Amino acid sequence: MTSGTRATPPELTPALAGSARRRLAAALHRRPRLRLGLLLAGPAGWLVIAYLGSLAILFLNAGWSRDPFTGLVHRDWTLANFGQLVTNPLYRTVALRTVGMAIAVTVTCALLAFPIAYYMARVASPRVRGLLVVAVLMPLWSSYLIKAYSWRQILSNDGVLNWALSPLGIHGPGLNEVGLWLVLTYLWLPYMILPVFAGLERIPTSLLEASADLGGRGLMTFRRVILPLVFPALVAGSIFTFSLTLGDYIAPSLITTTQFIGNVILANFGVPNLPLAATLSLVPLVIVTIYLLIARRLGAFEAL
Amino acid sequence: MPAVRLEGLTKIFANDAVGRRVARTIAAATGAPSLTAVDHIDLDVRDGEFFSMLGPSGSGKTTTLRMIAGFELPTEGRVLLHGVDVSTQPPFQRDVNTVFQDYALFPHMSVSDNVAYGLVVRKVPKTERVRRVGEALDMVRLTGFDKRRPSQLSGGQRQRVALARALVNRPRVLLLDEPLGALDLKLREEMQIELKAIQQQVGITFIYVTHDQEEALTMSDRLAVFNRGRIEQVGAPAEVYERPATAFVAGFVGTSNLLRDDVARAVVGQGGTFTVRPEKIRLAEPEDPVGSDETSALGRIRSVVYLGPDTRFVVTLDAGAELVVTQQNLVTSSMDALALEGKAVRLIWKRTHNYRVADSAA
Repeated sequence: MTSGTRATPPELTPALAGSARRRLAAALHRRPRLRLGLLLAGPAGWLVIAYLGSLAILFLNAGWSRDPFTGLVHRDWTLANFGQLVTNPLYRTVALRTVGMAIAVTVTCALLAFPIAYYMARVASPRVRGLLVVAVLMPLWSSYLIKAYSWRQILSNDGVLNWALSPLGIHGPGLNEVGLWLVLTYLWLPYMILPVFAGLERIPTSLLEASADLGGRGLMTFRRVILPLVFPALVAGSIFTFSLTLGDYIAPSLITTTQFIGNVILANFGVPNLPLAATLSLVPLVIVTIYLLIARRLGAFEAL
Repeated sequence: MPAVRLEGLTKIFANDAVGRRVARTIAAATGAPSLTAVDHIDLDVRDGEFFSMLGPSGSGKTTTLRMIAGFELPTEGRVLLHGVDVSTQPPFQRDVNTVFQDYALFPHMSVSDNVAYGLVVRKVPKTERVRRVGEALDMVRLTGFDKRRPSQLSGGQRQRVALARALVNRPRVLLLDEPLGALDLKLREEMQIELKAIQQQVGITFIYVTHDQEEALTMSDRLAVFNRGRIEQVGAPAEVYERPATAFVAGFVGTSNLLRDDVARAVVGQGGTFTVRPEKIRLAEPEDPVGSDETSALGRIRSVVYLGPDTRFVVTLDAGAELVVTQQNLVTSSMDALALEGKAVRLIWKRTHNYRVADSAA
């Protein structure tokens, strides 16, 4: 084959190469499955190896144990770590606290996001809407660490918040769970605003007019038309706010001294007890999976 | 007392977000940057009549309807419903209901929930609600569809749900914004007959916005022809068709067969603008005799279009204008007609069918 190519006069080579390419294209055209396979091989390989593979390793690790004296990992798979999760009240408290924080942050984000998104989608002029979209996205362009540290400064005892509130005789929440709730709400709010904005924008104006036409005042139209139609988008936004809160460990460690799931996992990296860290990592994974299944039932994936 | 009275009704779109959006649509449709969508309209719609507002896009008919419904506030003038000034009332306080062009059915509710919406909002007791929803669905022949979602219905069925949802509230006036626009021809013709029958059955005043002159002519008791935010003529269909008040009406309702100035002088014998309906004109040989009560003009057939029951001829007059002539295909087959292209002919029609019209403002 090689010698045959070499024997070909040079001016014919491009034409031949062209016809070979065309033959290949034709062959691929006849075999749509092969074409799809070639196209997806890269991304699918990445998903299987880097994503599912690491999940499998995580699950495998979760069953191993660490010898407290030698520090070596015993590679025989048992349910001992899972038993610890259930029996040790510390882990249960931490898990519940984390889920509670995730719910609080999600609900607050939803309450804050709705009026902003409504204004953006249905009231603002196209120009103002564009500016607002940029304004909502802007915080996402700056580093998470800088934002978290800034909030630490704002909330600290001699921080700007206490300074601003002092004339009113009020003291800010300080560096504790309430402060963390504020910080996480600030951090994840854009992830709620954007889907809700998109959801509200999709509601045809004529539906709101029809509701008014049939006698519905503002509150009635909101309760019976707007809210049900935008609900999937709210759930879609909550997927972000909920799961991001669940997995975060930097903001909790910067703002509070309280332990959340992420901090406990990190602490076990330090011990080091990697098997227990792996077991603990499965907790938010399971919670988020349950959450996603519920979200799918509520139609949130169509709203994304 | 008229069901609806409009007094000097004017809408100039203000410089807010919604106004700009609507104004842009209108500017795109008319090619003019004008923001005056409705320009001092006076109109009485009688109680119980089927009234059409006919006009091209951007002529102000939909904006007028939206001001009657309460979706737009008039810049000037008043809207009176049965003698009561409602100009500044919000939609939910007005005793009118609307059938929207896109139907505007609530996608998250079943058919019966959609129809019941107005009754639920007005806190009608459940037993009465169920009965009235059932009756409304019967009337639009959708019995048994109550559990379906709008997405599971065809265009015609959605249209019926929208109609039932509006009628179930028993409004004194029903507003319909091009309700048949999205349906195919066959279905549209069926729905025209059905809508008219329903209107006669319930006796509610219907105000029907359309750009389809045939629809307006077949369904209405009376109609108003809109052009550039003004009403050019109000009258019964036969009146508007046979005696168009302006050149615009003559052209929009039917085919524009206009004889102007010099051509009018040559053919009709007087200056001005005249119109003659294409079906009133007879095709004859150039040497054929002309009666004393007839007008005639020589010309040449420029094109022949076969339309099934009719054939349409476009004739270029020697005097200069073009006239459209339609002939029913009673005896002659279309094949013969098609061979007539280029032939010299004499057009003959009764003098009484020359109708003088006012020139519309540009």
